[in-house]
Amino acid sequence: MSRLLPFFAFVLLAILLGFGIWWNSSHDPTAVPSPLINKPAPAFALPKLDDPAQTVSKESMLGKPYLVNVFASWCFACGEEHPVLMAEAKQLGIPVVGYDYKDEPADAKAWLAQHGNPYDIVITDQSGHTAIDFGVYGAPETFLIDGKGVVRYKRIGPLTPDVIAQQLMPAIAALQKEAP
Amino acid sequence: MTPELGQLALILALMLALAQSILPLLGAWRGNRALMAVARPAASGQAVFVALAFAILVWAFLHFDFSVQYVADNSNLQLPWYYRIAAVWGAHEGSMLLWVLILNVWTVALALFSRQLPEVFLARVLSVLGIISVGFLCFILFTSNPFGRLLPMPADGADLNPVLQDPGMTFHPPVLYMGYVGFSVAFAFSIAALLGGSMEQAWVRWARPWTNAAWAFLSCGIVAGSWWAYAELGWGGWWFWDPVENASFMPWLVGVALIHAQAVTEKRGSLRAWTILLSLFAFSLSLLGTFLVRSGILTSVHAFASDPRRGTYILCFLAFVVGGSLLLYALRAPKVAGGKAFALISRESAILIGNLMFTVAAAMVLLGTLFPLLGDALNLGKISVGPPYFGLLFPLLMLPVVLLLPFGPYLRWGKSDVPALKQVLVRAGMAAAACAIIAAFFVEGQLKAIAGVACAVWVGVGVVLYIVKRWREMPRGRRYPAEMAGMLLAHFGVAIFLIGVLLSESLSVTRDVRMSPGQVAAVGGYEFRFDGVTQTTGPNWVAEQGVVTVTRKGAPIAVMHPQKRTYTHERVQTASAVDPGITRDLYVALGEPMDANHVEGAWALRLYTKPFIRWIWGGGLFMMLGGFVSAADRRFRVKRDAEATQTITTPVQESQA
Amino acid sequence: MGKVLRAWTLLALIAITGIAAAQAIDPLPFRDHAEELRFQHLTSELRCLVCQDEDLADSNADFARDLRHKVFELMQQGKSDAEIKQYLVDRYSDFVLYDPPVNTRTWLLWFGPLLILITGGVVVGYTIRKRSRVGTPVAPTDNGDDW
Repeated sequence: MSRLLPFFAFVLLAILLGFGIWWNSSHDPTAVPSPLINKPAPAFALPKLDDPAQTVSKESMLGKPYLVNVFASWCFACGEEHPVLMAEAKQLGIPVVGYDYKDEPADAKAWLAQHGNPYDIVITDQSGHTAIDFGVYGAPETFLIDGKGVVRYKRIGPLTPDVIAQQLMPAIAALQKEAP
Repeated sequence: MTPELGQLALILALMLALAQSILPLLGAWRGNRALMAVARPAASGQAVFVALAFAILVWAFLHFDFSVQYVADNSNLQLPWYYRIAAVWGAHEGSMLLWVLILNVWTVALALFSRQLPEVFLARVLSVLGIISVGFLCFILFTSNPFGRLLPMPADGADLNPVLQDPGMTFHPPVLYMGYVGFSVAFAFSIAALLGGSMEQAWVRWARPWTNAAWAFLSCGIVAGSWWAYAELGWGGWWFWDPVENASFMPWLVGVALIHAQAVTEKRGSLRAWTILLSLFAFSLSLLGTFLVRSGILTSVHAFASDPRRGTYILCFLAFVVGGSLLLYALRAPKVAGGKAFALISRESAILIGNLMFTVAAAMVLLGTLFPLLGDALNLGKISVGPPYFGLLFPLLMLPVVLLLPFGPYLRWGKSDVPALKQVLVRAGMAAAACAIIAAFFVEGQLKAIAGVACAVWVGVGVVLYIVKRWREMPRGRRYPAEMAGMLLAHFGVAIFLIGVLLSESLSVTRDVRMSPGQVAAVGGYEFRFDGVTQTTGPNWVAEQGVVTVTRKGAPIAVMHPQKRTYTHERVQTASAVDPGITRDLYVALGEPMDANHVEGAWALRLYTKPFIRWIWGGGLFMMLGGFVSAADRRFRVKRDAEATQTITTPVQESQA
Repeated sequence: MGKVLRAWTLLALIAITGIAAAQAIDPLPFRDHAEELRFQHLTSELRCLVCQDEDLADSNADFARDLRHKVFELMQQGKSDAEIKQYLVDRYSDFVLYDPPVNTRTWLLWFGPLLILITGGVVVGYTIRKRSRVGTPVAPTDNGDDW
């Protein structure tokens, strides 16, 4: 019996490796789930892109759910995500805040002018300091924040029609159900 | 047309490999000598065709045949010829071809130097190697063809990753594969022994030189890889516990255990099942390493571009080879412990304890490497396992080994007398304590450095005492048989390695500094003066080259030229400057200009002094040398006529009857 | 689907990291050498999330630079190593720690090797005991060759 132990250990190992292949073909191995889910979003106060004198803060956004979409003009994948947002942002039923990450305001403005602006508000974080509080480590990333200022969902990587239909919309629907 | 010939050669090699794996096995089973005789010519023919395919790929690189996708992806017109040859194994497809080529080199070597093996045994061994070759040739032909065409043909190719354009990286893969693949010989011997049902000691003696040589190559490959990481990556580190490094380290650790277990089995007949199991483990871990690097299931600096199809294929192959061999082990491994009795204080016991530590260390590395995957599987969240984990557990597991090591040669087989050991304990212990006290004055109370000196002296003096003892007690010519000389070299290598690791880790000084031309920074007792940046060019790169003049108390030591190279396609690679020395390395890496518009102004530099770091690789080379010297012992090659033939052939005849 | 996404993510990462092979040389105004050592040690135990196989100390990614500067800033505020690690864990999860904390999720990682060692030790002890009783252990006759 003990002679079979190495074989059984190997079977377990092979199952684990098989799982690894399957898991990596359906998951992004570089995505790190955010610990902020179901925790209050960090406090922030960032200037608007088109009017730096005005700031948008966490407090000013309290009361109803909204989406924060981290993007940048230098980010290649954001260009892929952009048409999806242009087509679907208005159907989400909640405000979409563009979060311009580590970007020159002029570049961002030009980029939005060229590709269109799907956002209700655009705020800029040129230094990336606030982004650290949000646990941002790349772009694009998307946060769904509820009316109490709690992060409910985070997407790492571009939003696609599939992701919106299967993950984001149900999350928004769940929020609106509990709201009243 | 030529690349298609390469592919054809691979297909023919596959046919011959099939013949090599099936016919001799049938022959051994049916007692048909004609079928068994197929093994040698089939192996040679296969090697010829694989070598031809490899040569054709080299030729395609040398002649810029960008119509071959693999060539276009990994070279360009500016790449010098030597790196175009290295580019053959610079990415997945070609490195697989190298793998198979090296398997064929081992197989042919075995076919040539195994005249003393019984026919049936050799037939089985070659056929097992044939099966492995079939697996890898199919893998190349069906998932990773290096001869795939790219049409229309581009005018120029992409580039070999600049990180790989380094002499260390040119040698590292072939030598490492020599080690990985070399364990296939011990593996095949074990399978043949299991199939034949013969558990006598003879086969172990034949396997030993091959195992030692494979392990020596693996040591050399790991040293080359570590040296490359140090010199090229520019981080000044020599080991990162990265998954791919771990993949090469696990078979090495098991290889150490195997080498010692084989000695016990050969000389005393004990631990027979364990020795077989270890040879299965060593090669299985080599295969697992290949899988980990290419399946993309672990994120790693070194990982090849991944493709789930490839991962699935290797996993199936792994399941067949490893699962099959472990099942065979379960069915046929000797049930009754054999061999001569041994006492608690004996060489057998000491080797058994050492084996335990090395095996547990390998298991620990495997667990740490795969734990992030386990975290995904059991929904434990994303977990990182890095140097702090391995760096804590590995030394703890190796401490008993270091403490036991000086006693090794003094311990007698079977039963040892305690007084001789006490003498070693006292002498080596006092030397270690004395040196540690002296060292304490030099290293400003760094405990790790003091421990390093103590451990190294403990091991080193133990080895030297034994050398002296043999010199005194034995007549000339019989003092140091090759097998023993190899052991002494390798054990002495451990002492050198310990000095290197513990002193460099505790005494290295690293500073990131901002330096204007003319400015001086003091690091570790040396003054580094930055003399600005000049432009320079190489065969396929342009570089900004810093000039750093190093002095010690005003006396000139070295002028160093760290570079920041820009290769074709704007890929940037730092080339650090190293001023080597026996007691210290000086190491300078060039960062960015503080103001990109003023390259004549201040730059960021990283300055290191690394005491005794060279001893790390020196120790590794001693170990390698030990492996080769042991493998060369004439005892392994001489046929011990009656004994050898009888023990192997008898059971076979029984099974035929 | 997954493959396409992964390819894009990879491209995004390349966009962020830029030149991955170049290195992270980042002079910071440390008060003294002890503080510099502490910084080097701390950042070498933290993982860069963008270039996932590098630690913060060695990664050249822009993101790693930001986090290094954050670590430096927190050190200047007098935060302890544990507080700084917690700060990053709160934002980026345990994944940033190369030194995984000992907890219910990692006990197998930390104590697994010990379990294997104990099991193996018992087997080795049992083997030695058994083998010392099968006969009278004797050393080979000493002619010096059968060492």
